[in-house]
Amino acid sequence: MIRDPKDLKRYTASERANHWVVGISFILLALSGLAFFHPAFFPLTQLFGGPVWTRILHPYLGVIMAIGFIVMFFRFKHLNKMTPADKEWLSKVDQMVDGDDHNMPEQGKYNGGQKVMFWALAISMLLMILSGIVIWRAWFGLPVDIVRLGAVVHAAAGAVMIGLIMVHVYAAIWVKGTIRAMWYGTVTRAWAKQHHRGWYRQMTGK
Amino acid sequence: MALQSLDIKQRSATTTPSTQVRETIEIAKLIDVSACIGCKACQVACSEWNDIRDEVGNCHGVYDNPMDLSAKSWTVMRFTEVEQNNKLEWLIRKDGCMHCADPGCLKACPAPGAIIQYSNGIVDFHQENCIGCGYCVTGCPFNVPRISKEDSKAYKCSLCSDRVAVNQAPACVKACPTGAIQFGSKEDMKDYAAKRVEDLKERGYDQAGLYDPQGVGGTHVMYVLHHADKPDLYAGLPANPSISPLVALWKGFAKPLATLALAGVALGSLFHYVTKGPNEVSKEIEDEIEREDKEEAK
Repeated sequence: MIRDPKDLKRYTASERANHWVVGISFILLALSGLAFFHPAFFPLTQLFGGPVWTRILHPYLGVIMAIGFIVMFFRFKHLNKMTPADKEWLSKVDQMVDGDDHNMPEQGKYNGGQKVMFWALAISMLLMILSGIVIWRAWFGLPVDIVRLGAVVHAAAGAVMIGLIMVHVYAAIWVKGTIRAMWYGTVTRAWAKQHHRGWYRQMTGK
Repeated sequence: MALQSLDIKQRSATTTPSTQVRETIEIAKLIDVSACIGCKACQVACSEWNDIRDEVGNCHGVYDNPMDLSAKSWTVMRFTEVEQNNKLEWLIRKDGCMHCADPGCLKACPAPGAIIQYSNGIVDFHQENCIGCGYCVTGCPFNVPRISKEDSKAYKCSLCSDRVAVNQAPACVKACPTGAIQFGSKEDMKDYAAKRVEDLKERGYDQAGLYDPQGVGGTHVMYVLHHADKPDLYAGLPANPSISPLVALWKGFAKPLATLALAGVALGSLFHYVTKGPNEVSKEIEDEIEREDKEEAK
């Protein structure tokens, strides 16, 4: 159902499906992971069929997310190269957060903040995968020193990642007209012109 | 044990205080390495009392059998041949849980009530609450807990908490034919150890002493060693055991702090939305696009 044929295509169906696989597995991982992070969150284990099931399922969910994330990483990597305009955008990020985008430089498909988010998530994910393998006792029995380090890295990178995703989700809620890109792949031309003028020009030739 | 439930000093993954009202005597097991003959009666008594039957393994050409602790072998004798003062010495140490006053396993455990420290000092695993993550293994400075391959639960010496609760000495103590394993209040055990150390010193072991490492707040299983200056001789008994700083950092202040930080991000976002309002497309740009469309339509 195309409401406005002039809407701009931002994501293909396969890109959207990929993002949802990563998103759903991330939410399940965050909930099950937090359960073991601090006793305050332990009751979250009930969402997964009890504490033992949570322990069993968490790493398999991790495998799903890792595969989804790696595919997504290679899909979007070339769009996330830092440019001087991104650096300028980042230097003025305080104005953006303050709700004033008049002085922000023109941005392509992604702005500097989104690119920082991309790379920060990629680094966190890499740390999560490596440390997760190290502490996955059911399949890997590694020396205790490495497991100790793995447990700390996993907890720290996990906390950072949850924080980053909170910012990612909030940014999508804050910037109106964004979330539909994740649902059905399109954005309005006005949205693109407002927030990603470089990309708007590229797509419309204006 | 109805009253035992009142005698809990610490409980894993629990942030409120455990029962504090009753005061019980701190107990200890004292293993006098110098009096041990390596008969393994303690191993047998342990398996008998606790109804655990480990697989009959293979002979590896040494006296150690089984070769290591396991989910079904909660205590093993470790035999070491060393040369000290130009003499061959055969050191035999009964290895197992040390029942630390500051237990790293309990600190590392994420499952509420899976690890309990009784006020008498016994650190006990409650397997019905164990989730099998193996974090206790990372917390232990003595490499003691073992995860069962059959049920993925962690196991170790319970210091016969069931026997101690009814004023019985642990099974290994009962079975020891030479009195190398003693059991009583920690204070009495220290007194007894002092006499043994004195005796050993008279017999030429100048460095004899008690092993009650303070890095873990002292232990409720202590050793009398002829070479207390070199605990490492005894099959790698650590000289200064302590909970790994990584575990202390991870389970200490870092996690509550991270939890607060995440709550801060969530609330910060909410208040940002409430104070700054949504970031909508400006009317100006929407009109521009509309105008362009109309022009194109002409």
